[in-house]
Amino acid sequence: MSILLDEKTRVIVQGFTGDKGTFHAKEMIAYGTNVVGGVTPGKGGTEHLGRPVFNTVKEAVANTGAVASLILVPAPFCADAIMEAADAGIRLVVTITDGVPAQDMIRVKRYLWRYAKERRTTLIGPNCAGVISAGRAMMGIMPGHIYARGPVGVVTRSGTLGYEAAAQMQALGVGITTSVGIGGDPINGSSFVDILALFEQDPDTTAVLMIGEIGGPQEADAATFVKEQMTKPVVGYVAGLTAPKGRRMGHAGAIIRAFGDTAAEKAEIMRSAGLIVAPSPAELGSTMAQVLAQPSARPVMVQR
Amino acid sequence: MDIHEYQAKELLAGFGVPVPKGGVAYSAEQAVYRATEIGGARWVVKAQIHSGARGKAGGIRLCPTDADVRQAAKDLLGKTLVTAQTGAEGLPVHRLLIEQALPVTRELYVGLVLDRKRERTVVVAHPHGGMEIEEIAQREPAAILREEVEPAVGMQAFQARELAFGLGLAPAQVNQAVTAILGAYRAFRELDATMVEINPLVVTTDGQVLALDVKMSFDDNAMFRRPNVAELRDYAQEDPREAEAAEHGLNYVALEGDIGCIINGAGLAMATMDMIKHAGGEPANFLDIGGGASPDRVAAAFRLVLTDKNVRAILVNVFAGINRCDWVAQGVVQAVRQVRVPVPLVVRLAGTNVDEGRRILKESGLHILTADTLAEAARRVVAARDEARVGAA
Repeated sequence: MSILLDEKTRVIVQGFTGDKGTFHAKEMIAYGTNVVGGVTPGKGGTEHLGRPVFNTVKEAVANTGAVASLILVPAPFCADAIMEAADAGIRLVVTITDGVPAQDMIRVKRYLWRYAKERRTTLIGPNCAGVISAGRAMMGIMPGHIYARGPVGVVTRSGTLGYEAAAQMQALGVGITTSVGIGGDPINGSSFVDILALFEQDPDTTAVLMIGEIGGPQEADAATFVKEQMTKPVVGYVAGLTAPKGRRMGHAGAIIRAFGDTAAEKAEIMRSAGLIVAPSPAELGSTMAQVLAQPSARPVMVQR
Repeated sequence: MDIHEYQAKELLAGFGVPVPKGGVAYSAEQAVYRATEIGGARWVVKAQIHSGARGKAGGIRLCPTDADVRQAAKDLLGKTLVTAQTGAEGLPVHRLLIEQALPVTRELYVGLVLDRKRERTVVVAHPHGGMEIEEIAQREPAAILREEVEPAVGMQAFQARELAFGLGLAPAQVNQAVTAILGAYRAFRELDATMVEINPLVVTTDGQVLALDVKMSFDDNAMFRRPNVAELRDYAQEDPREAEAAEHGLNYVALEGDIGCIINGAGLAMATMDMIKHAGGEPANFLDIGGGASPDRVAAAFRLVLTDKNVRAILVNVFAGINRCDWVAQGVVQAVRQVRVPVPLVVRLAGTNVDEGRRILKESGLHILTADTLAEAARRVVAARDEARVGAA
């Protein structure tokens, strides 16, 4: 099992025929993802990578039964593409695009709330590496070969630090159910809490690794959620110990403005909520391996 | 992106927010001309830098005569102003705002921000303005008023009215305050701001409501559709290295340490800097070279890191996904041949085709230290830094 995505999930790519769309669609197909077609307005009726191209997401859904869409369109058109997918009934939208204006994301999130919960779209990203269910399927831009199959759910704001974590775990023989990049922007489609809730429900996920960074309230919200609603152990890390106040560290959302935004404060909030905080980013894999080696479902509760 | 006070006031005035009469000046002569043009009996000369707390730093002068305006302008122009918010190096003053000085009876706070928790625009107001919002929030948290904007319909007049009455304004001022608040909201939305702060919003002795001091910040991601805002960027207020980095598609932030960092991905960059700290070092910079670690880009990164004279060693850490390690290694080798790197260099590659990448580094004949893991990379670069220090001493 996995969350969000498996080898049967019917996936389309918005921005299919562009350079990026083509490159990543090929990689996804090679990994075993069930890519059933794509959307590029104006190229409907043609074929690309042996799959049909449609003008609109609605046509793609009607003809292929797609339920998931990977969005690789430029930032100015991204909000529109997400809303089109939601309106067409796509259940999972993964947006890799970096540089989407924050006000566009406010509007997008408000738009997604129009729909009743049963048909509401789950949005992952933007500005993320995507979602991969190890050994099954991927919607994203990550190197698939570093993800071993196993019992750990991973949720991370950063793409490359997520790769680092996957590679450290693979080297120790620790595998992954699904790894989800929620993205480095101030407003994300799905939050840490949204993804933690899915891992808590997934029978094959026995522990979760959560990698945060400076800026914003999400890690603290997640800590509260872990404390109050989760039975599975959660290993946490917050990157950005050396970041000065008020300076943006690459990601649009990685900026210390208010109390609780720093890496040290977030790590302390996590610790006091019962998460096992990895001592350094070089010990993400080893900390998880230790947690898995302990018999208790919630080792930290035993310690306290 | 930040802009100057006078620019923010011009933008807000365009949305109907009342501001004092004033104008920008680049010289003492122009300052006096502005004062004459504005009229009145007293003026304020305000240094234009991208920082608050200018008053305490001597950047705001009250001038009763023309001669005082001239003198204040002479004093301030060309000076570097150090405020509580600029850091020790301060910011250069190249522009002044000359305004009519007005007697005020009340100072209020109004701010619009993007609330990350609520994922909406929130308007905050407080009956005692003039201080930093953090200080206001600490002293009188109970008096903070908040209105959340529903994104589907935007801010409504009743919300601005609630704030205005909540601030204790007299009925004669409420309508003016509503105009100011709604104008500020429209500017926020239509210009893709991330912050608009009117602090203070004042009531003058003759009953006018005016935005006396204003700050605006904008969403860098939205500047492609706001060219009239983007052109207000003042590079003199930024670290020149950061501006240069942006031109090469790099993301650079200068820090205080002595270990230069060249890394792909913002999160991995922050994590690598954490590891350097754990190993007993201090990073000299944050630098994200992004996904495409092409030789040109890596070379630009080396040049940028080396402009910092504190740098005693450099760590390159690339986790190659789509860009295979062999390609990244070729880029590093080319860049090192192109740019003379006079300090020890540690390169850690991981990901796709890592063995081939390491072979290329080894066989390059260049003096490059390598590391397999993040921890090893941090240890090696700190050790190399220490050796370089001993060598220099």
